[in-house]
Amino acid sequence: MNLKSMSTAVGLALLASTSIASAAGELNIYNWGNYISPDMIKKFEKQFDVKVTVTDYDSNDTALAKVRQGGTGFDIAMPSQTFIPIWIQEGLIQETNPGQMENFKNVSPEWANPDFDPGRKYSVPWAWGTIGVVVNTDTYKGPADSWGIIFDTPDELKGKVNVVPEMNDVIFAAIKYAGGEQCTEDKAILKKVRDMLVAAKPNWIAMEYNTIEKMGAGDFKATSDWNGSALRQRLANAAIHYNYPKEGYGLWSDNVVVLKEAKNLENAKLFQNFMMDPENAAMNSAFHRYANGIAGSDKFMPADMKEAPEVIIPEAVKAKGELQRLCSPETQALYTKIWTELQK
Amino acid sequence: MATAAEIEKQAEAREVRNRWLLSAPALIIILLAASGPLLIVLLYSFLTPGPYGDVQWKFSTEGWISVILERDIFDDTLAFASAHLTIFWRSLKLAIMATVATLIFGFPTAYFIATRSERTRDIWLFLITIPFWTNLLIRTFAVLQVIRNEGIINTALLNLGIVDQPIQMLYTDFAIMVGMVYVYLPLMVLPLYASMEKLDFRLVEAGYDLYATRWQVLRRIIFPMVRPGVVAGSILVFIPAIGAYVTPSVLGGGKNMMFANLIELQFGQGRNWPLGAALSITVMAIVMVALLVYVRNTSSSEVRHG
Repeated sequence: MNLKSMSTAVGLALLASTSIASAAGELNIYNWGNYISPDMIKKFEKQFDVKVTVTDYDSNDTALAKVRQGGTGFDIAMPSQTFIPIWIQEGLIQETNPGQMENFKNVSPEWANPDFDPGRKYSVPWAWGTIGVVVNTDTYKGPADSWGIIFDTPDELKGKVNVVPEMNDVIFAAIKYAGGEQCTEDKAILKKVRDMLVAAKPNWIAMEYNTIEKMGAGDFKATSDWNGSALRQRLANAAIHYNYPKEGYGLWSDNVVVLKEAKNLENAKLFQNFMMDPENAAMNSAFHRYANGIAGSDKFMPADMKEAPEVIIPEAVKAKGELQRLCSPETQALYTKIWTELQK
Repeated sequence: MATAAEIEKQAEAREVRNRWLLSAPALIIILLAASGPLLIVLLYSFLTPGPYGDVQWKFSTEGWISVILERDIFDDTLAFASAHLTIFWRSLKLAIMATVATLIFGFPTAYFIATRSERTRDIWLFLITIPFWTNLLIRTFAVLQVIRNEGIINTALLNLGIVDQPIQMLYTDFAIMVGMVYVYLPLMVLPLYASMEKLDFRLVEAGYDLYATRWQVLRRIIFPMVRPGVVAGSILVFIPAIGAYVTPSVLGGGKNMMFANLIELQFGQGRNWPLGAALSITVMAIVMVALLVYVRNTSSSEVRHG
């Protein structure tokens, strides 16, 4: 070995050792965009002397595909309830047993033992919400607690309705409106769904995600949407109302999981425990505007969220909410065909 | 002792070797960076979709079959995949219209620049390239701000009392065209300008001297000579336009899929990667054949004029 290559080797060894040393204080989070409170990150960094890096993804499918390839360098991700069984089944996440962690006592009972992660062996609640109908009451004053606003649009709203183009959410809503059950393979219902969607589309103006800005500016007068988004729209314009469709509406929940390939396992566990602290969960909710599934966090919530009808589901409609499941691949293939038919 | 012929032969061999070595970086990039990923796409199109995205390593032609044929989910009959064709036709139509529209606007623009004095030409060219410094998405949103109901145009019209209701321009085909032309115009103007700059304007003068009308001069003299620029510009606009989906979805509202959305759907919520791969290759093959025919036709007629 000559001098030059030796010094390179020494240099590399030094580099490797320093990166290991600093890795002790790192945490790499893979999350949906615009979904984590910067203040809360700062608090975590300060409390544990850890440097947090956040990388965005735009869909559950993207996140799954990327993590499946491996070598991402991420420690933590926030998949939705429909996807968590896949992550577990494919061995992408670790059994960190949040159910045994110190702060688990704070998890509210309805989220303590969910179907998608019995006994909370893998995941910690991050945020949960509903999918309903948002209407600008300056334009439409009639009853709006129905998917009929989208699928059987009243005259005042024709040409002013937007639909958020999440295939599974739209099909879920359409099946409910057609009187079916989620993940149905009943051809009679699906035919009704297809015909209904195709007939409804001419009354829509767009199929977009950018609802907060467009509802605020008046480009849309009604839209299907997530509750947190609806809350932000109402805060910008008091005439905007969120409605829980009486035919049944979807519930979703995103959860903190630790990847199998996590290099900073201890920090990741600290983060899971940290997120079950009511004060931290409330800090995060104040940013992303969704409920968090941690009991006692409402004390620390900002005033405009404490009694927001978008966040606190009214007792009368509570029973109509249904946690969305993952449909079988065969069912999903049917839905993709209906979706292609709708958007062709 | 080597004869002169042998020395010459050796020199020739060395030169050939050098030439290969010098072009090696380019060849490697073309082979690895261009063909490599394409081969993976081709391979994936012959596999079986995994249950939740990705592929299973089992040979299948299902992906290719479903590009053209689809099994009706209600009566289970095999039929022509009309949805795919409708969506492809929409993308193709949009790309052709965008190419023609940018040519209509780009030709006079390039002519105008080419006929300025040498110094002002640079300024005009500079102005044309400025929008390129900004991301495509941002330029598209800028168009949105201009044409939306509360946008600059509608606000001005309302304030001037010309209309009493905002004109719905956003989410129409008109909006998509405005966006596409705006975004792709520089790609047409620059190659057009490059050929017009070389145009010998004495020929134009000669044409007028021989009593040619303006239209005749344009059609018989200028157009044939700048044809390479027209071809290059059309290709540069057409190819990104056929894959465009940011502009159509932001300005058109995303109600109707573009071909790129259809492909994206297969890799996302549709979870049918082989079909997505097969669709990608299909559109690529069609575009390639169309361009070859186009280039061959236009270049052969160029020889006749040249």
